[in-house]
Amino acid sequence: MNGIQINDVTKTFGDTLALNQVSLTFEPHKIYGLLGRNGAGKSTLLNIITNRLFADSGKITIDGLVSVENDMTQGLLYLMSEKNLYPESMTCNEAFKWTKQFFKDFDLDYALNLAKQFKLNTKKKIRSLSTGYTSIFKIITALSVNTPYVLFDEPVLGLDANHREMFYRLLIEKYSDRPFTAIISTHLIDEIASLLEYIMIIKNGEILVNESCESLLRKGYSVTGAIKHVDTFIADKEVIGEDVLGGLKTATIIGSINKHTLPDGIEITNLDLQKLFIKLTNEE
Amino acid sequence: MQINFEDERPIFVQIADGIEDAILTGAFEESGQIPSITELSVSYKINPATALKGISILVDEGIIFKKRGVGMFVAPGAVSKLRDKRKELFFDHYIKKLIEEAKKLGITNQEILGMVERGYKE
Repeated sequence: MNGIQINDVTKTFGDTLALNQVSLTFEPHKIYGLLGRNGAGKSTLLNIITNRLFADSGKITIDGLVSVENDMTQGLLYLMSEKNLYPESMTCNEAFKWTKQFFKDFDLDYALNLAKQFKLNTKKKIRSLSTGYTSIFKIITALSVNTPYVLFDEPVLGLDANHREMFYRLLIEKYSDRPFTAIISTHLIDEIASLLEYIMIIKNGEILVNESCESLLRKGYSVTGAIKHVDTFIADKEVIGEDVLGGLKTATIIGSINKHTLPDGIEITNLDLQKLFIKLTNEE
Repeated sequence: MQINFEDERPIFVQIADGIEDAILTGAFEESGQIPSITELSVSYKINPATALKGISILVDEGIIFKKRGVGMFVAPGAVSKLRDKRKELFFDHYIKKLIEEAKKLGITNQEILGMVERGYKE
């Protein structure tokens, strides 16, 4: 079985349950969005997949092989993490060469080309890079390793809007040129929504949503109108959020729309991933 | 072509509609090459699978054809095919909405016809 299979993985830190019996599959050649609020368990999951943390129980296989303490499976994965694991006195150039030692498909020419595009001075020591350029250095490495699975934990941290757009563009180009599985954890949902094929939302260590972006957004809709009209309309529906502004009410509904029974004075809008995310992950 | 995430239509449908518009206006000519999936994905910042899904609709309808290893092209006769298709949808997409709004505003049948005449003259 190809892909990353996560079966019943549980992880605790002291009294905190970070992941609670999580089961997921990441299929080959797809772009996944791993979404969740701070502390939801996203990084824990990515770190367990890449053997930087170990699960209390459960099993992970990568292309059918058990991941724990297995160099073969770890060679298939690359995690761009928040933490920098390179020696800080190393220059970017040295780090690229070093990466090549571990990942034989690392494309040094491509990395240097990207560095030029991002205007990253590769002679600089990693220590001396700004927050934004540290992210850029890590993005370049992640896009150049050519492993079948690349995990991005907060890739756009500290990047300005131009550099974020560049990253999204390069990601699509790379993916089209040489398809791979990208798992991207991010808080900037609106920006990346259109790139994602599948959405996974984690809340309090559990998987809340696991489905294709398109079907997720087709699952519901929002209605806006006068309070009394909206209240009548939503009375028999599954409502996940309501906002009132003066006499105007907006309600977010899960279910399909029957356009023929739509009363006058009510306007329909599509779900948007970021709003849906906020509604689903808000603490009551 | 504009991709609008608030739009009722899914993104892949918007891609297909956008290419249809470009063919109807002559921006993409019959037998001419259209942008690749990668180019479409990059310029609209969408997942290549989404772009492919949009293109596939047009390929199935015989509007676009693929030449292996070369790219994608507008089929000869695509314009008239699209006109026929769009004419069929014209009533549902435009006339129904127009009448809905007219009823809301109390505009009569006659008044609408007058406006249509005026619109054609302007």
